[in-house]
Amino acid sequence: MNITLHVWRQKSAREPGKLVTYKRGDVSPDMSFLEMIDVLNEELAAKGEEPIAFAHDCREGICGSCSMMIDGMPHGPQDLTTTCQLHMRTFKDGAEITVEPWRAAAFPVVKDLIVDREAFDRIIQQGGFVSVNTGNAQDANAIPISKEAADKAFEAAACIGCGACVAACPNASAMLFVSAKVAQMAELPQGQPERYRRAKKMVDQHDAEGFGACRNHYECEAACPKGISVRYIAQLNRDYLKASVAVAEHAGRSSGPG
Amino acid sequence: MKLDAKIPSGPIAEKWDRHRFEVKLVNPANKRKFSVIVVGTGLAGASAAATLAELGYKVDAFCFHDSPRRAHSIAAQGGINAAKNYQNDGDSVYRLFYDTVKGGDFRAREANVHRLAEVSRNIIDQCVAQGVPFAREYGGYLANRSFGGAQVSRTFYAAGQTGQQLLLGAYGALSRQIGSGNVKMHTYTEMLDVVVIDGKARGIVTRNLRSGAIESWAADAVLLCTGGYSNVFYLSTNAKGSNVTATWRAHKRGAGFANPCYTQIHPTCIPQSGDHQSKLTLMSESLRNDGRVWVPKQKGDKRASQDIPESERDYYLERKYPSFGNLSPRDIASRAAKEVCDEGRGVGPTGLGVYLDFADAIKRVGESTVAERYGNLFDMYERITGENPYKQPMRIFPAPHYTMGGLWVDYNLMSTIPGLHVLGEANFSDHGANRLGASALMQGLADGYFVIPITLGHYLASNPLEKVDTSHESFKAVENEVREKTKKLMSMKGKRTPDSFHRELGRIMWDNCGMARSTESLKKALQRIPALRAEFWENLNVPGADGDTNQVLENAGRVADFLEFAELMCMDALTREESCGGHFRVEHQTPDGEAKRNDEDFCHSSVWEHQGVGKPATLHKEALVFENVKLTQRSYK
Repeated sequence: MNITLHVWRQKSAREPGKLVTYKRGDVSPDMSFLEMIDVLNEELAAKGEEPIAFAHDCREGICGSCSMMIDGMPHGPQDLTTTCQLHMRTFKDGAEITVEPWRAAAFPVVKDLIVDREAFDRIIQQGGFVSVNTGNAQDANAIPISKEAADKAFEAAACIGCGACVAACPNASAMLFVSAKVAQMAELPQGQPERYRRAKKMVDQHDAEGFGACRNHYECEAACPKGISVRYIAQLNRDYLKASVAVAEHAGRSSGPG
Repeated sequence: MKLDAKIPSGPIAEKWDRHRFEVKLVNPANKRKFSVIVVGTGLAGASAAATLAELGYKVDAFCFHDSPRRAHSIAAQGGINAAKNYQNDGDSVYRLFYDTVKGGDFRAREANVHRLAEVSRNIIDQCVAQGVPFAREYGGYLANRSFGGAQVSRTFYAAGQTGQQLLLGAYGALSRQIGSGNVKMHTYTEMLDVVVIDGKARGIVTRNLRSGAIESWAADAVLLCTGGYSNVFYLSTNAKGSNVTATWRAHKRGAGFANPCYTQIHPTCIPQSGDHQSKLTLMSESLRNDGRVWVPKQKGDKRASQDIPESERDYYLERKYPSFGNLSPRDIASRAAKEVCDEGRGVGPTGLGVYLDFADAIKRVGESTVAERYGNLFDMYERITGENPYKQPMRIFPAPHYTMGGLWVDYNLMSTIPGLHVLGEANFSDHGANRLGASALMQGLADGYFVIPITLGHYLASNPLEKVDTSHESFKAVENEVREKTKKLMSMKGKRTPDSFHRELGRIMWDNCGMARSTESLKKALQRIPALRAEFWENLNVPGADGDTNQVLENAGRVADFLEFAELMCMDALTREESCGGHFRVEHQTPDGEAKRNDEDFCHSSVWEHQGVGKPATLHKEALVFENVKLTQRSYK
């Protein structure tokens, strides 16, 4: 296959970037998108030019590292697929493909196609867990959990933290990411004690990081490589509202919302 | 180098309990006075960092990823073993212990394995409490499935994403400690050396992968949780970043490296499609619960799978190993696949593949049940190959997947450098010469959640530690070495990329030290590796600068270490004159082609002491004493 690539090159966050064009011949349809760039990078390096920096690791669609905006779509045109699992057979011979990094104020560009997503970690640090120290646990079968609830929690927990939802959103909102973690815990009995407090703290951190508000565009769900549903955002909004009321009720007491 | 495994006395079932009573404790108020460095944030590292911080230790955690959640544990698919006996099918701690020792072909330390089986039960409890969404039955209780090498159902799972869910559980626990200030997390930071002062590990030197800054970190103990070295083969199921650097550099500072030749070649991976291939993708072993492995009986049969009638198919695992069938252990299933392909009966365009067929399962339980069990794996297969496994059998082939060898540790998980502890895949301890499926997740979490919190306290309480900080001359000396090495990598401006050297090394290792090894092949590899290494240090080209994100430079450092490590791996394989588990020497096989152990001469772990690059390492032996399990020829027939 012959492919023309327009790739965003940017030396660092401090310097401006631009699209650079690379012509590719001999692209095998069995290559993954990243392997196609690997081959290009090997050629650039052999010429002494700097290869295109891009985030990647597991190349199995699960670590959430890869993060390319391909023709304006996060992870490219194939549904439910991360960039590393996208194969060149998805494109037509002679295609022109534009590759850019995720674009969001809360995800500053590090270099070329790599962005800084540590804002996601900071949101999780505010409550994306059950506060249980090692050794506290009772027997795993002591609390039966219906298969439906377990399956729903699992669906929400499938989020890989790649940030495609943010990249797809006109407001660069990360509400799909936040709501998936909140929903996983909200489905399970273990998540109940901190349910509302978790929703409040994570949303507050989300806002503090500079992500935008959700305006129901649903672009996030369409872009999510794991098919996380926007209904979790609605559920999050309900929990957040309850949490805000609880905060108001508890004002003046020492502990926050339960 | 002195090897004292420090195995507690007493009957095997009481050793861990007894040890927990006998170890010294650090008083809760004193824990905050001790600082601990944890390198790596996979299952072992994240669980250790979180648990130590919960106890009150001051923890600094390091990973080279942009987030601790991206460690390669996340990609583990099938499940995690635990001796819960929820199925009432005869499982017990002793049976899990026995299966693991036998599965490892009697090359693991009994006491460690028994402890692993004991704490396996606590791991499941802990993970459920964290909100890990394991698969459940309609009654609300936890579901189990079977894995290779066991005749009971003891594997807990979350579809084909068990590693992801367990890691997110540990990452959650770690995030909680980061959020409350008990763990300082250093992302984008790669460990490049260990600093040893007065014989004790007292810190590390790192490179910041964004700024290129070389920095020192001091602590009272160092934990390496940095995974395995399958990427020495270049093509493996490991993530692209997985490397041997942390353990290898520690080895060069005095940590014994045990059994580097024990590598696991996983039987069910998607075959290679071309020279551009950057990694191989695993198809979980859990698929062998329902998939049947076969090849045509006829050599060179090029018909499409559906055109080959039942009578002309060879379900070779069911034929050769009737009692375990498709669930034979990994080493055995991989070698059997290699054998039929060597006979010319392999399938697919390259002839390097066998079928994994779900037609019978779909007939038996229906497509929707199969989809529920393995849907994500089937989708992944289709995305990579463009073929639909509901309609035609998968094609699979073995690929490097896991490494049982690693830094030698005693019962307390401490290496031969006092204070340097090694957890998870990075150590050598529990799987012997072959790891059973669903046991890696178990070991990583056992080490991190339940073992190191006890044994590290013992080390800290029983060793007087002088106060040191990074202004100590040893830190400056190591920093300078690291800087010089980086400078050298940048300055050669030769003609070849690190990746081209890595591919060539991988080819040498796969051909000569892969699924079958011989004196001749190993000697060949031992000739070629030093030559390749010499070329690397003359003809490498790293473009760009070292003061900013430079992925070629990161890779160059890792390949440089693989080029040294590979030699030790071949040397270990050459000196182990027997076949056991994943180590198959063609000279040592039974008449029907099974691995033939030599318990007389090789019932030991080989522990290597570094003597300098290119110089032969010194071999030390830890004798393996089996007081509970009788050594037999492993049979899955």
